[in-house]
Amino acid sequence: MSDNKKFMFVNRKAPYGTIYALESLEVVLITAAFDQDVSLAFLDDGVYQLKKGMQTKGIETKNFSPTYRALEDYDVEKLYVEKEAMEARGLNEDDFIVGVTVLSRAEMGKLMDEQDVVLSF
Amino acid sequence: MKFGIVVNEGPYQHQASDSAYLFAKAAIAAGHEVWRVFFYHDGVNNASRLTEPPQDDRNIVNRWTKLAEDHKVDLVVCVAAALRRGIKEENLAQGFRISGLGQLVESGIKCDRLVTFGD
Amino acid sequence: MLHIVNKSPLTSGTLESCLNTMVDGGDVLLIEDAVYAATAGSAFESKLSAAMGRCKVHVLMPDLEARGLGDRLLAGVSPVDYAGFVALTVSNKNCQSWL
Repeated sequence: MSDNKKFMFVNRKAPYGTIYALESLEVVLITAAFDQDVSLAFLDDGVYQLKKGMQTKGIETKNFSPTYRALEDYDVEKLYVEKEAMEARGLNEDDFIVGVTVLSRAEMGKLMDEQDVVLSF
Repeated sequence: MKFGIVVNEGPYQHQASDSAYLFAKAAIAAGHEVWRVFFYHDGVNNASRLTEPPQDDRNIVNRWTKLAEDHKVDLVVCVAAALRRGIKEENLAQGFRISGLGQLVESGIKCDRLVTFGD
Repeated sequence: MLHIVNKSPLTSGTLESCLNTMVDGGDVLLIEDAVYAATAGSAFESKLSAAMGRCKVHVLMPDLEARGLGDRLLAGVSPVDYAGFVALTVSNKNCQSWL
């Protein structure tokens, strides 16, 4: 068995309402350190995780969105956003805190199918 | 086959832990190996030895402990998630150990299949 | 790929997202509250029936029976027990839980 696998992290939940987005990001950073082929997929409300301009002072919670920008330093550069989910939320690529690749739903499904390990939180 | 299992929700509140346990038992019964169960998010609460369910209910924590004893399943609790939620060595149930997220990644690398149970 | 879904389709868009995104020919397993999707007469029936032309849909019977709907299994959905769940994870080269 190869020790280098294709890991995909599927993010479908909005930030702050629950802790999943933050704790998912923690796993991503660790996985990158294991020298695996890492990609992140943002579907449904997960797209909101990438919205720039978060101001979390008023809810006394740490704004963890700058971490998405740090992913590049960990060689995590494959960030995919589902086009239909993005458009359904009135967002476009300029709304995101980091550069992403926008994929159609069908392209996203195909990419998922090619993974060895898919983790969703 | 070698299985890894991830549990992301706490006991009793959500069915995830029950589903994961029954899946693990069925995998072992079919002759597979359950190499590791990794507890993350509120799933770390599965490892509290202070849990006291009513007597006529299943004991989810003890059930995991017994599975670990009977079938050498490695029960790993994420340290960062555990500390956030007050799970420490001092209240850790038997059969569980606290370790880092690397143990989850390792499950993904070493197991033939990694199956997640959560909300 | 095996797609595992655990939410009722009447309160969550998860199953619909899964069915819309997945590659044709995959397996879908309904567990926990997603088993309501596998019942005849639900508002989701037509959508699930349409999806069954593109993928194979399975339901975890212990979860359906626990919810009092063991006798309402929608035609075309394949009933499995936990051993069948394990077998599906083995026969597919990968799996994902739609959480």
